[in-house]
Amino acid sequence: MAETVKIVDARGSFCPGPLMELIKGIRQEPVGTILEIWSSDQGSAKDIPEWVQRAKHELVKNFEEDGVYKIQVKKLR
Amino acid sequence: MPQVVIVGGGTGGSIVANQMARQLNKELQDGTVSISVIADSPDHIYQPLFLYLAFDQATPQDMRKPERQILDRHVRLISGEANRIDAEAQRVILTDGTSIPYDYLVIATGSRPAPEQIPGLVEGGHQFYTEDGAIQLRQALRDFSGGRLVVTVGVPHKCPVAPLEFTFMVQEWLKTRGLGDKTEVVYTYPIGRVHSIESVANWAAPVLEERHIETHTFFNMESIDPETHTITSLEGDTLSYDLLVAIPPHVGQDVIGRSGLGDAGQWIPTDRHTLQMIGHDNIFVLGDATNLPISKAGSTAHFEADVVAANLVHRLRGGLGMMSYDGKVFCFIETGLKEATYITFDYDHPPVPSMPTEMIHLYKLAYNRMYWLTPAGLL
Repeated sequence: MAETVKIVDARGSFCPGPLMELIKGIRQEPVGTILEIWSSDQGSAKDIPEWVQRAKHELVKNFEEDGVYKIQVKKLR
Repeated sequence: MPQVVIVGGGTGGSIVANQMARQLNKELQDGTVSISVIADSPDHIYQPLFLYLAFDQATPQDMRKPERQILDRHVRLISGEANRIDAEAQRVILTDGTSIPYDYLVIATGSRPAPEQIPGLVEGGHQFYTEDGAIQLRQALRDFSGGRLVVTVGVPHKCPVAPLEFTFMVQEWLKTRGLGDKTEVVYTYPIGRVHSIESVANWAAPVLEERHIETHTFFNMESIDPETHTITSLEGDTLSYDLLVAIPPHVGQDVIGRSGLGDAGQWIPTDRHTLQMIGHDNIFVLGDATNLPISKAGSTAHFEADVVAANLVHRLRGGLGMMSYDGKVFCFIETGLKEATYITFDYDHPPVPSMPTEMIHLYKLAYNRMYWLTPAGLL
């Protein structure tokens, strides 16, 4: 069965911003959840993977679609 | 008779009630519309003063007024706690069992700090996000004789500039107490820069450095050990402290969880422009209660309330109510005890802070007194 992906629409978010929205999602969802952050900020494509590595979660996908940066992250712990 | 029920007597709920009441004055007098506010506290609290309360620059009396005095006399105030919202039956059930029917519901229940989510934080740390917490911190600061003061930030949290403001203010405050040389102020932040807004971070980082405030980025508090006075991040770093001031993670109010209306954090899925709860045409959500990726701040609730009130009035008069919220937020930023700056932004325009000035600081202090015009729906 395909894993469900929870979308976090953080387009246009300057504060708290896409990475904070991801951290919020990671904190409140159970281990194993895959979150897909949508960001209109190109910087997210770099900032989010950097945090994911430090926090020891898994970067599943990192791609751009119609000007929206979409980063999938799996909560590992 | 259409019944509008607003759950929450904070900034957003009070503005919606009063703006609607002013525009629907005739209908309210004729009894063809009713507006009710359900509030669990008899007093309206101006929460930004908690920051000043911690520094003994405000007292609890300065930040409260009876909600009844704030609301238009045609608005019914229901004192009680909402236990459950039954969206199917279109009713709000209070903890005493009273059932309040509605045709239109506005959820303005806000959020609450949840320090219990971080092991050791309740026992080992201080916070200024509640009145009691700010009073306890005021005492701890008064008793502080020097050492390592660590400011740490949970996610999500309201008033996103408060952590920086507190850090700048406490450092200056300690200097005025003659403790500047005996104190190290340490600031931690969850992401890779010192504030979520890049332009604010670019402005604040050199100021923190110039003021010799030690900073640690990518630091998400995971646990506190009150015995050893240490805090550990989920990224694996550990810091020692003598006085810990934490911005606790926040959750949506428990009534949202009990009603099954929210996500895992009790935030309500909300349309970012119409502010309607997803899947519910007659439920509007504003302020901290939404799941929107915008600042949890009084100004957010204020600008959202303008849209909700206008659209509800329009709909009650047979219109469609198509005014759209653009994501507008405005925040003052105290940069010490004598200067401040501000930012304003929306979904399409990033914030750009201007140079701090004494005038903006004085305006902020003046606004702290003028605030009562905001929930009155006048400012």
